[in-house]
Formats: sequence, C-alpha cells, structure tokens
Amino acid sequence: MENQAHAIEHHDAHGHDDHHHEQTFWTKYVFSTDHKMISKQFLITAIIMALLAMFMSMTFRLQLGWPDSKFPFLEKILGHWAKGGKLDPTFYLSLVTIHGTIMVFFVLTGGLSGTFANLLIPLQVGARDMASGFLNMLSYWFFFGSCCVMTASLLFEDGAASGGWTIYPPLSALPQAIGGSGLGMTLWLVSMVLFIGSALLGGINYVVTVVNMRTKGMSMTRLPLTIWSFMITAILGILSFPVLFAAALLLVFDRSFGTSFYLSDIFINGVPLEHHGGSPILFQHLFWFLGHPEVYIVLLPALGITSEVIATQSRKPIFGYKAMIGSMLFIAFLSFVVWGHHMFITGMNPFLGSVFVFTTLLVAIPSAVKVFNYIATIFKGNIVYSPAILFAIGLVSFFISGGITGIILGDSALDIPLHDTYFVVAHFHIVMGSSAIFGMFAGIYHWFPRMFGRMMNKTLGYWHFWLTLICVYGVFFPMHFLGLAGVPRRYYANTAYDQFDQLVNINSMISIFALVAGVAQLVFVFNFFYSVFRGKKASQNPWNSSTLEWTAPVEHIHGNWPGEIPTVYRWPYDYSKPGAEKDFILQTVPHSETESSNHAGML
Amino acid sequence: MSNTAAIHETKTGYWGGGESPYNVSWGKLYMWIFLLSDAFTFSTLLIAYGTLRHKFEGHWPVPGDVFHHFPFYHGEIKLAYVGLMTFILIMSSVTMVLAVEAGHRNSKKEVMIWLFLTIIGGLMFVGSQAWEWFHFITGTEEGKMINGKLIHGANLSINEYGNPLFGDFFFFITGFHGFHVFSGVVINTVVFTLVAQGFNDKKKDYELVEKVGLYWHFVDLVWVFVFTFFYLI
Repeated sequence: MENQAHAIEHHDAHGHDDHHHEQTFWTKYVFSTDHKMISKQFLITAIIMALLAMFMSMTFRLQLGWPDSKFPFLEKILGHWAKGGKLDPTFYLSLVTIHGTIMVFFVLTGGLSGTFANLLIPLQVGARDMASGFLNMLSYWFFFGSCCVMTASLLFEDGAASGGWTIYPPLSALPQAIGGSGLGMTLWLVSMVLFIGSALLGGINYVVTVVNMRTKGMSMTRLPLTIWSFMITAILGILSFPVLFAAALLLVFDRSFGTSFYLSDIFINGVPLEHHGGSPILFQHLFWFLGHPEVYIVLLPALGITSEVIATQSRKPIFGYKAMIGSMLFIAFLSFVVWGHHMFITGMNPFLGSVFVFTTLLVAIPSAVKVFNYIATIFKGNIVYSPAILFAIGLVSFFISGGITGIILGDSALDIPLHDTYFVVAHFHIVMGSSAIFGMFAGIYHWFPRMFGRMMNKTLGYWHFWLTLICVYGVFFPMHFLGLAGVPRRYYANTAYDQFDQLVNINSMISIFALVAGVAQLVFVFNFFYSVFRGKKASQNPWNSSTLEWTAPVEHIHGNWPGEIPTVYRWPYDYSKPGAEKDFILQTVPHSETESSNHAGML
Repeated sequence: MSNTAAIHETKTGYWGGGESPYNVSWGKLYMWIFLLSDAFTFSTLLIAYGTLRHKFEGHWPVPGDVFHHFPFYHGEIKLAYVGLMTFILIMSSVTMVLAVEAGHRNSKKEVMIWLFLTIIGGLMFVGSQAWEWFHFITGTEEGKMINGKLIHGANLSINEYGNPLFGDFFFFITGFHGFHVFSGVVINTVVFTLVAQGFNDKKKDYELVEKVGLYWHFVDLVWVFVFTFFYLI
C-alpha cells in the first residue's frame, strides 16, 4: 500500500511538471494539441471564412437586386470578373457555388462543431483533453488546408467550381463543360477530401472522448445536452462523410481517367463523348445520402447549444431532458432515410417518392418535441436577457418558420412545382443556415468568457441580434413569394422573363436587407475582436451555470483543472430548485450538502 | 484500498477520466469507429456497383469467363487464381490472430514470427492482384496476338469482355481495396519494426498489435464481400 501511495505521489509530481513546461510560440498558438486552443483556431478560421462567404453573397445580391445597374467599385475588387462594374455571369455561378460550400462545410460544419465540440467536450465531461490531442491538431490543420485550397480556387483564370454546391454531374464530371468545371472543380474536390479527413479525425475523437473519458459520476444521463448533440453530430459525420468520400473518388475517376460511373451517352458541342452506361442520378443518391445528414450535422450542435443557453439563462431546468436526447437520436436516425426528398423530380418511382414523403414528414415529430421543450423551458422562466438567449430564441423562431416550409417541401406533390425555386432557397436558409448560425452566435456569446476570460459587450450584442433577426426575415421571407411565383434559383438575372418584371422591387428590397445584414455582422466582428483584448474581465462563472466547464479556472491551463478532476453528483440542470439556497447547484455538489432541496425520485 | 487507489490514480493522471465503460482504451475504440466509417466507404462503392450492374442485367460479363488465367498454366481454370488469393489473405488473418494471441502471452518472439508471416501474406496478395490486373489489362486497342487469339484487354474506358463499366468498377474497387491492403502491409511493417526494437518491453502489452490486427481483419472481411459480389455472383 505504501508503494502505491508513493507511485501516486510520483504521478502527481509528474503531472505538475506537465502543466508548467515551457511552450514556444509555435507549440502554444500554432501546432497546439490543447483542445481550448484548437477550438479558438477553428472559431477564428470560421469567422474569416464566413466573412468571405458573406461578401460573396452581398456581391451576387447586388447583381440580383439591380440586374441592370453597374457598380464600378466591383471592378476594383474583382478585376476581370466584373468588367465595367458588371458581374460576370460565370463568376456569378462560382460565387453561389462557393458561398454555399463555405457556409455549409467550413462555417457551419467545421466552424460550429470544431469550435464548440472541441471547447466543451473535455470541459463538460471532465477530461484533461481530447482522447488524442495530436489527431485533434491534425483535424484542425486538415481543415485549415481545405479552407486554403477552396479560397485559392477563386483566384485562377477559369474561375472556381460553378456547378452549385451539390456538384451534380455531368457539369462537374466533364472538365471541358464550363470554365469552373476544370481546375476549379478539381480544387473543390481536393479541398473536400481534406475536409472529410478533418471531419473524420475530429468526429471520431469527439465520440471516443465522450464515451471513454467522462469523469467519475458523469453517466450518460448526466451529460449536458450540448455533449449529446456533439456526439450524435459526430456519429452522423462518421457515417455519412465516407459516402461523400467514395462518391467524390468515383467523380475524380470520371473526370480524369475516362471512366463512366456517372456519365451516360453525352454530347458536347455536337461531338459525342466516349462515355457510356453510367448514371448521373447515382451521384445524386450518394451525394444526398451525405447531404441530408449534413443538414443535421449543421443543426444539431446549434440545438444542443440552444438547450444549454435557454436552460441557463431562463434559470430553469431544461424541460424534457430525456425527450430531448430521444428526439435528437430519432432525428439522427431519420436523417439517413429521407435523402430521396431532394430528388423527387429525378424520375423516381412515385411509390418510392411517397415512402420518402412519409419518412420526411416524420421528422416533424421530434422537431416539434424540441420546439415544445424549448418553449416550455422558457415559459415562466426568470429570464436573463443576455445576447446569448436572444440568439437562442431566434434559433427557435427560425426552426419553426423554416420547419413549416419544410413540411411543404417534403411533400412530393408540392415539391415538384417548387423544386429549384427561391422557395427552396428561403426554406433552407431559414431552417438550416440562419438557425444554425444563430446557434453559433448564441454559443459564442455564452462561452466567450470561458474561451477568452473576458465578456463581450452586451449593447453591441443587442444591436447585432436585432439587426440580424430583422434582416434574416427581411431577406428570406419575401423569397417564399418569389418561389411561389416560379422564380428559379441560381439564375444570373430574371430580366428575360416578362412575368418576373413585377417582382423586381421585391428583389431590390431583399438585397437591401442583405446588405444591412452584412453591416450588422461587422458589429459582431468588432465586438468579438475588441472584447478578446479589451473586454471586461470575466468572473469564473459569469452566468451562474451549473455545468462542469465553469468550475475550471478562468485562465486556461493545460489539463483544464489544476488539481483533481471534479467528481459529478447530479444532472446538469439543477436551476431554481425549490428549497435550494442559490438558484443553481453545480454538478459537483453532492446531495449530502443540499439536504433542503433533495426530493425523492429526483436524484 | 487498492480499488480506491486505482480510482485516485486515473483521476489525477493526465488522461484521467472516470470509468471506461467498455473497458477498451481510446485507441482501440478509435480504430473500431474508424473501421465503421471505412465500412461505409466500401458499402457505397459496392452499392454503386450493384446499382449500375442491375441496369445491365443480362449484358454483364460473366466473371468466370474473364478471370480464368493461372500463372504458368495455359489452359483455363475459372476463378482458381482469385480463390488462391482469397485463401492467402484469409490465412494472413489467421497469422494475425496468432500474433495478437502471442501478444497477450507477452511472447515477443512469437509476435514477431506471426507478424512477419502476416506481412508476407499481405505482400503475396498485393503481388497476386498486380498479376491479375496485368492479365486483365493485357492487349491494345488494335488487339494483340497472344497464343493465337486477338486480345483487346480492358482498361478504364474499353473492355473486350463486355460493358466497360465492368472494368471501371473492377479497377476502382479492387484498386481501392488493394490500396488498403498495401497500407496494412506498411503499417504492419512499422509495427513489426517497433516490436523488434522493443517499444513495449516496459508496458508489457501488445495493444498496438491488436489495433493493427483489427484493421487487418477488416481489410480481409471487406475482401470477402468484394470477392463475393465481384467474382461469385
């Protein structure tokens, strides 16, 4: 026994050394294996990519809002892509493609999961770091490389990929099809292979950490909902990204080595090509087998963050904790059996279509459970109106309004006329784009003190929230009407069709809202970087939250907790418990210390 | 007492978590989950293959008529060679099992022997695949006379045996699998070197061998599916 005690002492001393050993600039800030630093790296990369993609959207909104005008300043920025201030049609296609790709993959997948799963998983489950710090670092650098390749693809003579973010063949499979199908598409695929590498390295790490490295007492049903959402998200990624990987490899072979997986008999400029026998629909199946789970990869972390923020800032336990987990699992399962609803117009057997309609509409049930639980949690809560909860409520609002149009689009009979119109654009920008980015904002405002040890400015946060909320509805709500009127998406200009002339003013209005939304994001960017350096110093637990991450010191240390890792005794949502002294009880407080608030059956 | 001490130790150690519910190390779990995702990659390829093959029901080359070569033998034996390859690969899985088992007994010498045999098995498989590819490709667009027969061969865009998609999928799927086997051989060699250098003499466990073992068995299992769907059906 004495020997053992000695061994432990030795171990401790060793651990102590570990915490204090000298780090160079490179190992601390660049090739860091510390999850908190990697999380910041993901966040800042994602912010830069988001600004780039937002600038793109503002550029093509200028074109769509005022198709007959010229904007000479565009030529200064974009050079030959905007000769005389008029956006080049090919470049317009590149812009929408890369805007979608960056937002979906780099901001809302890599950025959202990468930032918050990295920051919160070890801190909230009570681990010193991720299971493998090294693979975690690799995950970031793959992500960084993939961002660089995608950005670089914009700089080449022929332009970036321009077949839409879904890269359907034959446009993507024939390098000679359009300018962007050549080098641009190749770089898109290279970037995506790097991205898939990053997603898998990160995702497997997240799952392994949650399963294997929880602290004592942290059973699965004592995990905060954020952790559940990150884990389910990671599982979705692990199962769906390999499918995109395989599909992309087959595409590479079609492009470069003369195979015909996705290409049937086809002509270019009247010249028949040698391809024969393949099926472009096959690619759509494979793509959407990834693509639909991808929607939930984007959304679930945002929902998890929302659960946490709403419970903490309403000072109430989350309503229906197990129902929340169950609905996330159900959504995750359903996401693998609904991909056909993206393909109703591909000539799919109507009976098969009706099966996909059924599974798609089933998604409404767990989604409604979640919305109900959010509202029930806020109901009669003692709400602290921080920017974080405002963004979380904004998410719930988008989740409802976007979800309702989802029911319309999930029905094949209604989808067929609405397919590829602005109705679809409006639907997914609200339900997936805006709500996920609102979840990300909620997370940033909420955990900023945990990340940087300082508070963000509240007033600027309110301005950011209200401007963004109004502008998102201002941009996307009218798009539903454009879509119902039949305006197709991805068109450079709709001036060629007389019946759309009466809609010109709507398009201009949308563009104005989009530009204001862009400016509003600068408020956020300023607030973010200003607060990193000059913000008010944060206390250890500024939101009086009961979860484990707030028991770690404000200053980031390697290994998260200076001494032992705290033991967990209760679930994470003991807010406003009747009989308790304070309106929150930390997860680390044993029930023996809270006699006054213990109730039978509530342990 | 020793139990509490054990808990104590895991809690203060650098990776100190609480319980590991399935009693596996994170590394092994990581490998399992990676294999799960890799299984999805291969499933995608095989499902894509099945879909397009179904489209040409009745016009698809019969594998037995295509793969009937055998080294140093001029007659035709259907699927014998690929059968032999499959046998070699499965045997290499057996030797891997024995290596892992020897690891549990901490017998460094036996681990090295069985690992070495596994590496040889893997190399034989990759070599055989190269031979088979070579014989499938043999020929030119104008045709090449071999043993009095005009052979056009097959590559990614032409296929004398019928639908070019047959060749496309053959080269892609067996190539992708062959790449996995080759990576496995490389990883096995690295582990073999590490074992030879005595990397785990102190830890007295051969978990690294077990982890590459998982990968190796997975690659073999995938081959069983590729073999079934491509050659037998």
